Amino acid sequence: MSQELITVAYLGATILFILSLGGLSNPETARRGNFYGMLGMTIAVFATLMAPRVTNYLPVVIAVAIGAVIGLIAAKKVKTTQMPELVALMHSLVGLAAVIVGVANYLDNHETVIGTEKFIHEIEIYVGVFIGAVTFSGSLIAFGKLLGKISGKPVLLPARHWLNLIGIIGIVVLGKMFLGTENHADGAVSLYIMMGVAFLLGIHMVMAIGGADMPVVVSMLNSYSGWAASATGFMLNNDLLIVIGALVGSSGAILSYIMCSAMNRHFLSVIAGGFGSDGGKPVASGSSAQPAGEVTPISASETAELLSESKNIIIIPGYGMAVAQAQHTVFEITKLLRERGSNVRFAIHPVAGRMPGHMNVLLAEAKVPYDIVLEMDEINEDFPATDVAIVIGANDIVNPAAQEDPTSPIAGMPVLEVWKAKNSIVMKRSMASGYAGVDNPLFYKENNRMLFGDAKKMLDEVLSGLKAKN
Amino acid sequence: MKICIPKETFAGEKRVATTPETVEKFIKMGFSVAIEVGAGQFANFSDEDYAKSGAEIINDTKLLWSSADLLFKVRAPSLSEVNLLREGTILVSFIWPAQNKELMDKMAAQKVTVIAVDSVPRISRAQKLDALSSMANIAGYRAVIEAAHHFGRFFTGQITAAGKVPPAKVFVIGAGVAGLSAIGTASGLGAIVRANDTRPEVGDQVKSMGGEFVPVNFQEEGAGVGGYAKVMSEGFLKAQKEVFAKQAKEVDIIITTALIPGKPAPKLISEEMVKSMKAGSVIVDLASEQGGNCALTSPGEVVVRYGVTIIGYADLPSRLAKQSSTLYGTNLFRLLEELSPKKDGTVNVNMDDEVIRGATVIKEGAITWPPPAPKLSAAPAGPATEKKPVPKATGGHGHGKSKQAASPAKTAVTLLATAVLFYLIGLGAPAMFLSHLTVFVLACFVGYMVVWNVTAALHTPLMSVTNAISSIIVIGALVQISSNDPLVMSLSALAVVFTSINMFGGFAVTQRMLAMFRK
Repeated sequence: MSQELITVAYLGATILFILSLGGLSNPETARRGNFYGMLGMTIAVFATLMAPRVTNYLPVVIAVAIGAVIGLIAAKKVKTTQMPELVALMHSLVGLAAVIVGVANYLDNHETVIGTEKFIHEIEIYVGVFIGAVTFSGSLIAFGKLLGKISGKPVLLPARHWLNLIGIIGIVVLGKMFLGTENHADGAVSLYIMMGVAFLLGIHMVMAIGGADMPVVVSMLNSYSGWAASATGFMLNNDLLIVIGALVGSSGAILSYIMCSAMNRHFLSVIAGGFGSDGGKPVASGSSAQPAGEVTPISASETAELLSESKNIIIIPGYGMAVAQAQHTVFEITKLLRERGSNVRFAIHPVAGRMPGHMNVLLAEAKVPYDIVLEMDEINEDFPATDVAIVIGANDIVNPAAQEDPTSPIAGMPVLEVWKAKNSIVMKRSMASGYAGVDNPLFYKENNRMLFGDAKKMLDEVLSGLKAKN
Repeated sequence: MKICIPKETFAGEKRVATTPETVEKFIKMGFSVAIEVGAGQFANFSDEDYAKSGAEIINDTKLLWSSADLLFKVRAPSLSEVNLLREGTILVSFIWPAQNKELMDKMAAQKVTVIAVDSVPRISRAQKLDALSSMANIAGYRAVIEAAHHFGRFFTGQITAAGKVPPAKVFVIGAGVAGLSAIGTASGLGAIVRANDTRPEVGDQVKSMGGEFVPVNFQEEGAGVGGYAKVMSEGFLKAQKEVFAKQAKEVDIIITTALIPGKPAPKLISEEMVKSMKAGSVIVDLASEQGGNCALTSPGEVVVRYGVTIIGYADLPSRLAKQSSTLYGTNLFRLLEELSPKKDGTVNVNMDDEVIRGATVIKEGAITWPPPAPKLSAAPAGPATEKKPVPKATGGHGHGKSKQAASPAKTAVTLLATAVLFYLIGLGAPAMFLSHLTVFVLACFVGYMVVWNVTAALHTPLMSVTNAISSIIVIGALVQISSNDPLVMSLSALAVVFTSINMFGGFAVTQRMLAMFRK
């Protein structure tokens, strides 16, 4: 296949990829969008294989077959609650691939480029490997944190900002050495050392970020994997890679931005790590405004009673629902109440869960129709007209302190105004505070009841209580 | 300030604007209350009850009207009553400004402020003071009771030792508040209820009240401004007529509630339809005051035509005087809360408040009706959610709005810096790099535009699909896999394995997730 034909094929693939992302504006068109993505990928891969440079097909077939089997099995096996873990793991694979491609390209440098072109080409390799390495190790740590293998608490080394700075300076110095040498072997050494430093940087960066900030981290790594692909594209003089990398990169960047504004946090302060612990200032302000009053517990059967008497119900799912795998029971309850004429809806906070849109996916898996699943902005005004608001395993996103207490570490973060409902029920395992480490005055409000216990178990009891009332 | 409640003078009007219970609430808010002798007698509230609640009982009508700071009434004042109004008084009552031009001019000449409870905008916040809804609710209930009174059979179907009784069939036209109330009442009595409305989205509400929605199979959007119905096209009217004609032959009772604000009531039941109904059937025309939905309605009366009883009472709420007065009194109390937010016995007719602005038809002698169009529509919840994506597509994502416009100086600096950067790049970089850079920057912008349109619910699929797409990096590995260097080849093969996992896994998992999203 001639170079011209390949270019045209790439152009077609590019258009398909853009349509693929465009299709996601609506659940109706999203499936077609995904199909466009697959088609674009197929075209791109086959066009590349037809290029005169590619002569050895056997390793390709074997490698693709292995990858395909592993990928498809993983996609089939994964539970929707583990979606963030899977996505994080996959980001690390993209990062690793970028590193390998970069290194291989450097070792395989047959093209005789000289002068500025060589200089720029090597910068591209260097940058590509760097971004890839950070993405790889960062995503692995994020994966570990999401899985619970690594503590979700931010790990803050002393002088961590200095460590980061030293790392970056080291990388710049190594880069100068890498670019300065004519000798390929010497260059490779600099490249490898830089790679190691970048791995450490990635680890260090994500280790310092708390569990509640995971949605930001996951989308940020998503963005990085895109930039890594783009850098590879520059390196290989391949416009398709550049375009797709840029699409993915900006997508991830926008998601990070959305997540950050949903938490009223600055992107840089999330990356710098540690909630409420910036600059060694502990949450002293929070303790001065300790919410007063008693928490009032409620039993599952009383909850069922209350629900069956309510016309307007809003359910606010959080990470706790995902952990307890309670989404199916939640939908059973929803179905039952809706059949009995109650208006049951779901309110989703943008950062509920551990990944953008996490709750939507869980509810969709449980077959909850998406037109009763509403965004925070759409439903927040309806709380005063709501009889019962049930919070399932969420904490910070329903914390009134964000609006009422200007000294609170989460002050100004947009929250679901659960306390404005006539009654609210918070399902929680214990009185522990959320990831932000902030006490929640909602629990002490007069119209709030606490339903302690595992979300799944409690909801099962509520469900059987409701059924018994038939 | 002093609130005065006169006796209603309109013939047959039994309601009163305030109950003893609301009098107490007014006094708690710092107002003093005076009521005309016998104002509540037809609604079963005695003067003693009012006096016990703290109201002053006044016998002199003129004195009552002239001493009032706030005057609460049910019916619009008669032209002679308007002369009793003192300059500066705030009158609160039903007015119907569109139909009562002369009255409006006359009241304006008296330099009073008039708040028309029928002009309260239909927004969620104003629901608690929406007297129209309260009255319509009662009218719908009473319509069924009147129909039952004139109908010679049971509503509910029964199988008795004396034989089988078929259930009555009721057809309700117009599923507004009155219509829905009628549907609920009739189905509560055991009748089979069908209903029709020009706004197809009210079908669910009909169902929720126990009725069956009979659609008109003609595509036209029937909801006008503020959730009310609007005038329909001819083609629709023809299709609608066919539906009604068919129903008229089948049902025993027709209750019509079709009103279009500021227009005469549409004629929906023709003489032929009445003729085609079974003898003994009943039609209750709730629109009789606006001319009636039935061609044979005689406003204010009950007539029998072709064996069909046609009830044209215009005063159904007044026939349930105690209930209407209680609800109306509460509506006025809620209105007073809006007018007197400080609860200090004074009122502020705040024209910046959407609710008060909409209801105020005359402000200190100047006619302020009609108000600017309401911003929100209360009724059509269905289409509103469908329309949602449109503003989003144009206005970007909700969170994007918070971005502030940068100051001109800052913009200039940024532009300058960018220009310098571009100059440096242009100076040193090879042509190849520049063409790639062009592509890169444009792609970033495309990505930015496309991704802002992604709905928040699909953020997880977005991540997994972008993740799958980013395995396009496989191309980098593919072009190197044919290298003669075994190290490069095996590295490339390894990269192909990793990216393939990503590619296949990413697309498959996205597909799986998207398949779960359902309506």
